[in-house]
Amino acid sequence: MNSPLKGRRVTLHEMCLRDGMHPKRHQITLEQMTAVARALDQAGVPLIEVSHGDGLGGGSVNYGFPRHSDEEYLRAVVPLVRRAKISALLLPGIGTLDHLRMAHDIGVHTIRVATHCTESDVGEQHVKLSRKLGMDTVGFLMMAHMATPERLVKEALQFESYGANCVYITDSAGYMLPEDVKARVGAVRAALKPETEVGFHGHHNLALGVANSIAAIEVGANRIDAACAGLGAGAGNTPMEVLVAVLDRMGVETGVDVWKIQDVAEDLVVPMMDFPIRIDRDALTLGYAGVYGSFLLFAKRAEAKYGVSARDILVEAGRRGLVGGQEDMIEDAALTLAKARGLLPARVA
Amino acid sequence: MKKIKCAVIGPGNIGTDLLAKLKRSPVLEPVWMVGIDAASDGLKKAREMGLKTTAGGVDGLVPHITTDGVQIVFDATSAYVHAENARKVNACGAMVIDLTPAAIGPYCVPPVNLKDHIGQREMNVNMVTCGGQATIPMVHAVSRVQPVRYAEIIATVSSRSAGPGTRKNIDEFTRTTAAAVAQLGGAGQGKAIIIINPAEPPIIMRDTVHCLVEGAPKASEIEASVHRMIVEVQKYVPGYRLVNGPVIDGDRVSVYLEVEGLGDYLPRYAGNLDIMTAAAARTAEMFAEEILAGTLKLEPTPAAAVA
Repeated sequence: MNSPLKGRRVTLHEMCLRDGMHPKRHQITLEQMTAVARALDQAGVPLIEVSHGDGLGGGSVNYGFPRHSDEEYLRAVVPLVRRAKISALLLPGIGTLDHLRMAHDIGVHTIRVATHCTESDVGEQHVKLSRKLGMDTVGFLMMAHMATPERLVKEALQFESYGANCVYITDSAGYMLPEDVKARVGAVRAALKPETEVGFHGHHNLALGVANSIAAIEVGANRIDAACAGLGAGAGNTPMEVLVAVLDRMGVETGVDVWKIQDVAEDLVVPMMDFPIRIDRDALTLGYAGVYGSFLLFAKRAEAKYGVSARDILVEAGRRGLVGGQEDMIEDAALTLAKARGLLPARVA
Repeated sequence: MKKIKCAVIGPGNIGTDLLAKLKRSPVLEPVWMVGIDAASDGLKKAREMGLKTTAGGVDGLVPHITTDGVQIVFDATSAYVHAENARKVNACGAMVIDLTPAAIGPYCVPPVNLKDHIGQREMNVNMVTCGGQATIPMVHAVSRVQPVRYAEIIATVSSRSAGPGTRKNIDEFTRTTAAAVAQLGGAGQGKAIIIINPAEPPIIMRDTVHCLVEGAPKASEIEASVHRMIVEVQKYVPGYRLVNGPVIDGDRVSVYLEVEGLGDYLPRYAGNLDIMTAAAARTAEMFAEEILAGTLKLEPTPAAAVA
């Protein structure tokens, strides 16, 4: 079959050691981290993200304290990989310039500055420092389904003006349909300088991770995020081993070995999982209602504690227009719903 | 009654909201608004309210500090330029209330430590951040009951209420708030998270405070202390409310707050402006009362005067 994408080159970016921290409650061991990173490197994955699920400095009551600090994980992984480069995520307002300098000192190659899709200007300080340090610098527009293509163009241009050499359209909620992806990625691709790369980060809540990634590549994206066995928030990221196989069939060059990446997923990542990463009703609700993926486990825990269903809590989160990072509002929403339904015991005097 | 003359540098969201508070003060009289853009809305609004204005920045104000008898200057600009502004103002013998996260001077969160500033002859006092003003009283309310080994705050403000200064200073905001949460709140370690939410209609400022305490939480004492502190803050920010909590879960104590503003400049959702400007005005009033009583006499800062 003659594929329209034949001969295209795409950089695949592995998420299971960062986005995968969410379903692992940030408890991945150093042994697991180094074993997976080594195997990914050997399979030809060019870029691997390593940090707390909520980015550098994410260790907190709000998002969960990790088993090891970002610094410990990065110091273990960076010297280990031979061909692959290591990236780190940073959310301004959570992580700081101090975290960025720490990552640079350890030898991290790529910094991804993540902001809500309409608030790229809070990333100005971080993008500028990252560029000044000579790092591969990405502006990462989260929850991109919440903004129009025109608005995303404005924000992408702003990231580019600060010095980002790549801008991502990030479907944090796994909400977008392929046409939504094409409209957004295509508009951003057309507006940015030709040398600025465009990326797409998908979630599999509507089982569209692979289809959306292909749609993004069709309209010009050349960096795509995916995770082995889908290990990521919600119903997971775009499954890497599936994407690699599909892209291989389409003649897209990724440099990743079709068989070796399957083995990483099957032999190393699946056994790490605390529960199967699948589209259960709560993950499906994230995708259907457009809710931030990492709220999932918080909603399940609040359900167990307050007797309000996780699905109701997630729908309420969508109704309130919560954005990435507002995990605190999950317990707050559960308490407010529980009060309204008479489920809370009388106050402690 | 005699009033102490004030100037405000920075006619943005915070400076303009502050002006409304100063206009109502029994002891403060705003006389100058200082900006850098002659066409800005903030300067226009200040002129309409009868203030003198300059678009010449702090240098446009300096020649008038002594001649107009300005004794208190509020800096609502940016952490990047605060040190320079403060040096020039102090050299003229006026004190500075710092509403940027530069934090050169000691922190002030009124219900926690306003009284500690009496008699200290400070020429520069820092108001931390809006997130700090909203949450540090709660950390203190817990730490006065039992030791807090770690305190974390999450401040969420509406996108419309976060001006360019706040956005360019988000890193200083995060670090200054965390440091003040520990130092003033009374926690072994502090962490601060700031989130900007663009929902329409804009959300009211929300603040969450998580404290990890040493030993089993003394639930009823903590609850009583939190409620007492809410009343203290409501004295100057009436829209400061407990939404949920305190939730006690193992060694964690969590308090969920919202802060509704008075709607002086931006609409009432922007409680983040009010809690900052009302705290700054209250702090300045205390110094003004000292000046009026003759117990505080401001003098040009010697080191700065030479510089």
